[in-house]
Amino acid sequence: MIDISILDVFPVLLKGVSVTIQVLVLSAIFSYLIAFIAGFGRLSKNVLVRKFTGFYIEIFRGTSLIVQLFWFYYAIPMLFNVQVGSELMAGVLAISLNYGAYMSEIVRGSIIAVDKGQREAATALNMTRFQQMRLVILPQAVRMMLPEFGNYLIQILKATSLVSLIGMTDILYHGNMLRSTNIAMAPTIYLLILVFYFILALPLIFLTRKAEDISKKGVASS
Amino acid sequence: MNWKWDMFFDAFPFVVQGLWITIALTFASYLFALLFGFMWTFLKRIPNKPLNWLVTWVMEFIRSTPPLVQLFFIFYAWPMVPGIGMTLSPFTSAIVGIGIHYSTYISEVYRSGIESVGKGQWEASRALNFTRWQTWRKVILPQALPPTIPMLGNYLIIMFKEVPLASTIGVTGILHMANTYGAHHFRYLEALTIVAILFLVLSYPAAVLVRKLEEKMNRRFDKNEILKEDKGVVM
Amino acid sequence: MPQVMDKEVKQGVQQDEPIVKYENICKSFGDLEVLKGIDLDIMPGEKVALIGPSGSGKTTIIRMLMTLEEPTSGNIIVNGKNLWKMNKNDHLVRANDKHLRQIRGDIGMVFQHFNLFPHMTILENCTTALIHVKKMEKKEAEERSMKMLEKVGLGDKFDAYPSQLSGGQKQRVAMARALVMRPQVMLFDEVTSALDPELVGEVLEVIRDIAKDGEMAMILVTHEMDFAQEIADRVVFLDNGVIAEEGTPEEVLEKSNNERLQSFLHRFRNGNGV
Repeated sequence: MIDISILDVFPVLLKGVSVTIQVLVLSAIFSYLIAFIAGFGRLSKNVLVRKFTGFYIEIFRGTSLIVQLFWFYYAIPMLFNVQVGSELMAGVLAISLNYGAYMSEIVRGSIIAVDKGQREAATALNMTRFQQMRLVILPQAVRMMLPEFGNYLIQILKATSLVSLIGMTDILYHGNMLRSTNIAMAPTIYLLILVFYFILALPLIFLTRKAEDISKKGVASS
Repeated sequence: MNWKWDMFFDAFPFVVQGLWITIALTFASYLFALLFGFMWTFLKRIPNKPLNWLVTWVMEFIRSTPPLVQLFFIFYAWPMVPGIGMTLSPFTSAIVGIGIHYSTYISEVYRSGIESVGKGQWEASRALNFTRWQTWRKVILPQALPPTIPMLGNYLIIMFKEVPLASTIGVTGILHMANTYGAHHFRYLEALTIVAILFLVLSYPAAVLVRKLEEKMNRRFDKNEILKEDKGVVM
Repeated sequence: MPQVMDKEVKQGVQQDEPIVKYENICKSFGDLEVLKGIDLDIMPGEKVALIGPSGSGKTTIIRMLMTLEEPTSGNIIVNGKNLWKMNKNDHLVRANDKHLRQIRGDIGMVFQHFNLFPHMTILENCTTALIHVKKMEKKEAEERSMKMLEKVGLGDKFDAYPSQLSGGQKQRVAMARALVMRPQVMLFDEVTSALDPELVGEVLEVIRDIAKDGEMAMILVTHEMDFAQEIADRVVFLDNGVIAEEGTPEEVLEKSNNERLQSFLHRFRNGNGV
């Protein structure tokens, strides 16, 4: 007798929420971090640094996230004969390096997009290069980055579902488990999973809209 | 370091067998997304508030939930839906799943293209007494479509990199072949590396091409703002 | 260049020494030679107006002094020190950032497009360099800035953001921002040409005010001929990358026989100068 309902599916999926959020938060933090490092790397005066960062970005943007994830999880331990990779580490590493590469282009683009006159005015006030970046360029560039950063947060949330494929017990993993024993419940299970993700995405959607508002104000329009 | 070249050369022909599936699926789901995206754009232009609201949120829902789950839904759940459900092959499921997900993005591209045509063009068409259909065909679309081409090209590349998701429901593309090879030989390293290389070799030149096209279009149409909207969606 | 070395040895600046000295300055952008050997001295407190057709290189002259553009050849001496070259093991080498910073502290600039910092309030625009560059206490910096804002007639706007101001107000803030740094030389780069005609007056009024104080040397790149005549001690006419005429406003704007200058002025007075 198949007598499971939404009320039975719900608590099962709920067990995975904390893992999903954990992967989301860690990946987001590292993605942003990498985005800034690589974004500045691409703007470096040192050719070697610039080329190297460019190489990293092309590699990670040129391949598929799911391939990168499997590569980190299955191939790296074999390549170096070490078992560094916990699932969490492989998952967060793959997602962060992938989205860090994409977002580094936003960091770079925003810094370049700050009006040239801003840097000149800062020079005329005798600021050091570091002060120019910290006090004048970055505050404006970050405002420009915000909406895209918000968009990518939603992308990262969606990407976290991949970690179920390397055995992390996130929302999708629990859903898949339940489906494998109750195939008839598949519609309820997957619809509910989608709703779970959507509810997690909602605050991010509103955050992104808010970011768009902030971004519209307070940027130089010479 | 534990790299074996003989494994690499042994796995290569095996993995490459999946390449045609991967490429075919890319184009099939892309075509699906192009058509479905058109439908969204059309629906959104119907001047009806509740309908508009509904379409907007359905699109938002599709866009902000994982394509992997959507794929599972279509493959595992759709056949179980009473009444309208039917069993779809893994390949068809992947076309529909990936296609629908990206149709919401493609629709935004269409929208930005249409909005980039100035209001004056509509007014001029009215002044010339064109019919609605003539206005679209002769005036709006010829101006709206060309600037979207680089963005649409971008989405083809993005979807190409998204297609290996289908290996999870058994579509035998390159990732699936590599996993099969890996499981057989208890060695994933070389096979997965081949997959990565194949993606890189195919997508990088395409990306360069799109960038070139983008610059060219930028110069020709001088419509920087809509082209800048590249969201770089992977996943 | 022995004479350059000599100057670096001298301590302090006498009253009759120029505060800025351009020595045979050339500047090219790619194939385009914009300046072809400029020699120009600015005395302390002197007000100099640079005029000339667009593309004559007048803006480039002051941008090089502000270190926004590097000369292709020649020397710029500020307060007896070579701006773009520094002494290293008894050799003159290209100046590094630190050297430029030491010297350009005496120079301030107001830009055509204001270049206010849009993410800061009016007051913060003025105080930020005092606090971070001059290492002044925040309170002191604010007091000094408020005084300056009142002087340019914007004391009540200290809390506003640049986007809330008119063009003329923005330019007055930009001047206050430069003035609080108390430079010895102030550069004005076509400060009224981005403004609506009805807003030009309020900005010129402030410049007139500053000029009256007398202490500070000023170099104005301008298209306002009447204004140049009114406040400048000296007018310099640039044409084709060289100084074609130079002298008191009266000499240059009224009595000169230079044909190019005549036709330039003629075009201007007929109202289509640029």
